[in-house]
Amino acid sequence: MIFSGFKVVKEALNGYKGWGPLWRNPAPKPSYDIVIIGGGGHGLATAYYLAKRYGLSNVAVLEKGWIGSGNAGRNTTIIRSNYLLPGNQPFYELSMKLWENLEQDTNFNSMVSQRGIINLIHSDGQRDAYRRRGNAMMISGAGARLLSRDELRQMVPFLNFDNARFPIKGGLMQERAGTARHDGVVWGYARGADRLGVDIIQNCEVTGFRIENGAVQGVETTRGIIGAGKVGVSVAGSSGKVMGYAGRRLPIESHALQAFVSEGLKPTIPGVITFGAGHFYVSQSDKGGLVFGGDIDGYNSYAQRGGLPVIEDVLEGGMALMPMIGRARLLRAWGGLVDMSMDGSPIIDRTDVDGLYFNGAWNYGGFKATPAAGLTFAHLLATDTPHETATAFRFDRFNRGYVLDEKGVGAQPNLH
Amino acid sequence: MLIPHPLLGLRDAQEFTYLGDASLLNRPDPVAPGAEAAFCDYVFLRDNPAGVHRELWFHEQGDRSWLVVTRNTVTHEILSAELASDVKAGAAQ
Amino acid sequence: MTRLNGGLIDRTRPLNFTFNGKAYRGFEGDTLASALLANGVRLMGRSFKYHRPRGVIAAGSEEPNALVELREGARQEPNTRATVAELYEGLSARSQNHVGPLHRDLMAVNDLASPFFAAGFYYKTFMWPKAFWEKLYEPAIRKAAGLGSLSMLPDPDAYDRGFLHCDLLVIGGGAAGLSAALTAGRAGAQVVLADEDFRLGGRLLMESDLLNGAPASDWVETVRAELESLPNVRIMTRTTVFGVYDHGVFGAVERVADHLATPGDKVRQTLWRITAKRAVLAAGATERHIPFADNDRPGIMLAGALRAYANRWAALPVADAGDAVAIFTNGDDGHRTACDLLAKGAKVLGVIDTRADAVAQGDYRVFAGAQVTGSKGRLGLTQIEITQGGHSSWHAVGALGVAGGWNPNLHLTSHHRGRPHWDESLLAFVPGQGGPQGLIAAGAAAGKGGTAEALADGKRAAQAALSDLEIAAPEIMLPDAADTPSAQQAFWHVPGKKRAWVDFQNDVTVKDVKLAHQENMRPVEHLKRWTTLGMATDQGKTSNISALAVMAELTGKTIPETGTTIFRPPYTPVSLSVLGGGDTGQHFRPHRLTPTHDWAKAQGAEFVEVGQWMRAQYFPQPGETHWRQSVDREALAVRSAVGLCDVTTLGKVDVQGADAGEFLNRLYANMMGTLKVGMVRYGLMLREDGHAYDDGTCARLGEDHYVVTTTTANAGLVYRQMEFARQCLWPELDVQLISTTDAWAQIAVAGPKSRELLSRIVDGFDLSNEAFPFMACASLTICNGLRARLFRISFSGELAYEIAVPARYGHALMQRLMEQGADLGVTPYGTETLGVLRIEKGHAAGAELNGQTTAQMLGLGRMVSQKKDGIGAVMSRREGLDADRRRLVGLKSVSPQEQVAAGSHLFTEGAAQTMQTDQGWVTSSCYSPHLQGYIALAYLEDGDKRLGEIVTAANPLEGRELRAEVVSAHFVDPEGGRLRD
Repeated sequence: MIFSGFKVVKEALNGYKGWGPLWRNPAPKPSYDIVIIGGGGHGLATAYYLAKRYGLSNVAVLEKGWIGSGNAGRNTTIIRSNYLLPGNQPFYELSMKLWENLEQDTNFNSMVSQRGIINLIHSDGQRDAYRRRGNAMMISGAGARLLSRDELRQMVPFLNFDNARFPIKGGLMQERAGTARHDGVVWGYARGADRLGVDIIQNCEVTGFRIENGAVQGVETTRGIIGAGKVGVSVAGSSGKVMGYAGRRLPIESHALQAFVSEGLKPTIPGVITFGAGHFYVSQSDKGGLVFGGDIDGYNSYAQRGGLPVIEDVLEGGMALMPMIGRARLLRAWGGLVDMSMDGSPIIDRTDVDGLYFNGAWNYGGFKATPAAGLTFAHLLATDTPHETATAFRFDRFNRGYVLDEKGVGAQPNLH
Repeated sequence: MLIPHPLLGLRDAQEFTYLGDASLLNRPDPVAPGAEAAFCDYVFLRDNPAGVHRELWFHEQGDRSWLVVTRNTVTHEILSAELASDVKAGAAQ
Repeated sequence: MTRLNGGLIDRTRPLNFTFNGKAYRGFEGDTLASALLANGVRLMGRSFKYHRPRGVIAAGSEEPNALVELREGARQEPNTRATVAELYEGLSARSQNHVGPLHRDLMAVNDLASPFFAAGFYYKTFMWPKAFWEKLYEPAIRKAAGLGSLSMLPDPDAYDRGFLHCDLLVIGGGAAGLSAALTAGRAGAQVVLADEDFRLGGRLLMESDLLNGAPASDWVETVRAELESLPNVRIMTRTTVFGVYDHGVFGAVERVADHLATPGDKVRQTLWRITAKRAVLAAGATERHIPFADNDRPGIMLAGALRAYANRWAALPVADAGDAVAIFTNGDDGHRTACDLLAKGAKVLGVIDTRADAVAQGDYRVFAGAQVTGSKGRLGLTQIEITQGGHSSWHAVGALGVAGGWNPNLHLTSHHRGRPHWDESLLAFVPGQGGPQGLIAAGAAAGKGGTAEALADGKRAAQAALSDLEIAAPEIMLPDAADTPSAQQAFWHVPGKKRAWVDFQNDVTVKDVKLAHQENMRPVEHLKRWTTLGMATDQGKTSNISALAVMAELTGKTIPETGTTIFRPPYTPVSLSVLGGGDTGQHFRPHRLTPTHDWAKAQGAEFVEVGQWMRAQYFPQPGETHWRQSVDREALAVRSAVGLCDVTTLGKVDVQGADAGEFLNRLYANMMGTLKVGMVRYGLMLREDGHAYDDGTCARLGEDHYVVTTTTANAGLVYRQMEFARQCLWPELDVQLISTTDAWAQIAVAGPKSRELLSRIVDGFDLSNEAFPFMACASLTICNGLRARLFRISFSGELAYEIAVPARYGHALMQRLMEQGADLGVTPYGTETLGVLRIEKGHAAGAELNGQTTAQMLGLGRMVSQKKDGIGAVMSRREGLDADRRRLVGLKSVSPQEQVAAGSHLFTEGAAQTMQTDQGWVTSSCYSPHLQGYIALAYLEDGDKRLGEIVTAANPLEGRELRAEVVSAHFVDPEGGRLRD
């Protein structure tokens, strides 16, 4: 069934009788050509593009809980392609282009909203660094604007321009950046993949791999053994755990990243704003909540919850930057489990086990990458060669010395 | 979180700075054959367990001790905390 | 007026307030909700999606409907629950989320179109044409969405943080909480008793139950007085414990002054971090409703709330005092409300009980085996439809209380992802296994909601906690109390075709739940996200269980099989201001001031933030109107005479011990142990991954004594790394470290006349080039006996020194140098000039040492010693680092008066500008007064081999492109003769 405004009206008048399941709940088949572990945005996007672009639909997505229950459903929904390094920027720009056509492609309104992102500048040195980044964005076609203090003040007059500990001196803006409705992205890909024949199997946790003679044969799950020609692992914060089943160590640590939402408010903040001198970034959802976040909690964690110090730190930043939000209230705080890597950049690569492929190390930035990660991982699974925008995301970059360290902090995951 | 500092008793984790897996105590021999590969493993690869984890914390806003804290990464329960220099000395014996 | 007799309000203290501009009067002890109800006001707001008229449904913090904008101007507070807003003289509140007056909301047209707005409808439409989402659909949705509005003015009030430590934290001051606090308080334990209400007692204040034959409020008062008299007990009312964190840390917010017109000299709220060895969760329970057709009209509320308003606040939610009240219940609890209302003199139509065998508990009519199947009243309830035995009839009522059972407030027990457990006899989730360690639920929060059992359970919980802590607990006498009957039927919603609300605020109806089921949005989290159920400001407190029950019915599963929802902090919404702790504006981060800060201020210096430091940026002189004039003057003065700059902010670490040299060998990439006593060496540190980390100088003051300097930005990080190396890598080395950054004031004395100036303050120290050559250092005395350290090092490329004195003498030293150098043209300079001088000399700073660069890129590849190990040495030899061909070079703008902006990217002249053809970038740039033109430093592919080439410096971000000549980074005195003279 095709979604459209016409259909919405028709069904409203028809008592919704025509609305059916957005996806099936199939029982797992004995085997598939490709099994994707992880029913998050990345796993579902991978399955969608495998079916849509590569004609591979004998594919299962295995999800240990309900689809979208990991980071896909607990992030701050920001999409952007404002990266610096040549190994990163073209990939994120591919992602942005896919975002721009996502709804028409999947026939599902994921509410991609290009209201812009502004990274604030507080010092001359920061302006120089952002000029370098902005020029990289210009050269790669992502687009960028360097805002003067006056231009910025016209756009976002509510920031603390007059009494800031770290004065606001301008900003770097990407106008094409913005937000998307996180659940809508998961559901759009899931529905799209299902309609193309992909089996989405929920409540199916992978507990081990079947590996013979160095080649993967299938996966062991809570719903039995499922054979697979190829297996793609796309499990974010659980990467260490799942790859551990194959006896592999990764350049990854799992950390807790908190996110926050306020009570609903009438329109307050136009786009995404990132504080350059504290740990705080914010946007406003279509429902009216201020959605904001800050730094990771900073220590290895699988607890999917965070501590009070980080909440305080985030709100210190928020109140320093925009003291007009103070009378609003925090409604909900939650923690995601992020796979922080040794250089802050992702991995999309084959492993040394034949047929076992890995997509992970997305740090705190996996959401914006969802379409491109899905497409490039699908490309790798289908063709056994890295996609042209993801050639830098290899395992061997660490040992060979080609790290993609946007922040320049070295091999310490909690600093990225 | 509260960290049971072996010298100072329970201290708020905010006084500390976190580094990561205590395997960072085991710096490879730089002149052994295959040192570069050993260093790559040492610098980049982690067990990253969901469960008991031995990890390094620096009492930056305190007595400047580096501690090896044994903590469960699922429950955040702390099982022990020792001076890193003691752990290192113990390992050397 | 519909005010009844009695209640816990002080009728001698009337309070005036306004709602939507209209004046009303209430009493001290009222909430805004109780005062409005007592004034016959039932319509208080509009729902989120359909803009349905809404009134209060609850009597506590779970209220989803009666949200108002409280206060005026910068103190405007959106989404404030009228049910917990304490009345004060002059209170002003407005309803929110409507266009036009509240009773004629133009947005109510949405309600007519509601069939089109079913669950998830927006995911299915608004996709064409593509550009319309941001331009048309989304702005319209955003404008309609949201609830209240912010004033957009900075919050004018003050906030604070506090820290408490206790043996036992008791959360909730009702029957269970008071008995727990009394048990622990009498045992001598350190107790904190927190309650969100402004008055202790919890549900005891809302009920007519007698304790020891007297009103419960008497007993509450006695206990309160005793607890207050105990030095080991701290009572915190108006305090919500909103979250439980690791290791017994609880977050709580105390609303210190929210019950006052303005905080005056108080803070508005305090954020408490309470570290408790044990905690008792006695947070009570929240009543649930029973969805039926049109169950959302003002005047329909929870039966327990109806009872609470009557008993505690002497208010009835009817438009007119003569209107009848009805109760719709699935159990005994509804009858309790009927009895209390009758006792208060209200007119009771009767109790509609879903149970066929229901009997009256007093003088009222019972509709047994009956259901409420409809309601009427555009802006407030006027009639209900009762269906009994297949026969329906309409009855005039002014209010309807709905009693669907009680849900324990177990929220905090699931903050660590503990899963609630379904209790079939209670028909409710109770705290399950896996809750936070040391947290014991008691009373209604544990499913023990009868008054007597709650009292006993509170005592039990406290005794268990005390026993864990090995504190002897004396037996306490509990008051005589009864447990009222609480039998109920598993009846979750009234079936029907019309809309029956499950989540009031977000307008989620039974139909929406059914549609979610039909569309396979069945896991409870999908149900929530698809319908927005439970995502309102009450976070599902009044809706989740009803929705689960409907979904269970549809799937044929039990409620616990269908799912539970895990509650997350905060328990109730917490103001963003208080979470920020009140350190706003300039107080966001501390200001670190250099020893010469006051002196520089007196000279009229402009300051700049450098991390936490405030440093003098430049020193404008009379007649200078642009910063460049000052900086050019300062820079030229250094090159021609002598300048002074406070460089205290550079990190300084004293390294002492027999193995200090060996330790530094391992710390630096280059050899340091061979340094002679009395000499200084430039040092480069790498990270273990082989990339350049920091640079600075290392001075050997004695056989076993070195002084390491770091960059300002990395002072803390390098010190941490050094302690890591000392304690974690090589504890066998005999070496001690101490950071002395704040202990020594350090002043750079730079320029051809620096030796002459210094010679005037040293105590007979020989400064001649022979005795104290370039890169020499010494401990000495100056100014007749002041101990000092002198280093002959240069960042500017001139003959230069840095002199350090104990920090408290920094100011005096600066003054002395200024006095002594007056005839030499001594000139103070700031960070801008420091930057110009170092760029002219080609010295790397933060922009070049940005963590992405290598020793090779800096042109320092040969410094990485091959003869010894050092941190990062092995990894620096990896292929990718070795193959990196970018090199630090100088750039001279071909048009000298045009600036090659830092951040420009470099391309071969004429080449297409793409990521693939990118050849490097400009790191730093400035106007060089010495060279009278713009210069820059840059990393350029094969830069060391391209001197003399013209490259393109592209800055498309600002629409600029310049041609620049590649030159040596050493613009000034490349041979280094000046430093050595």
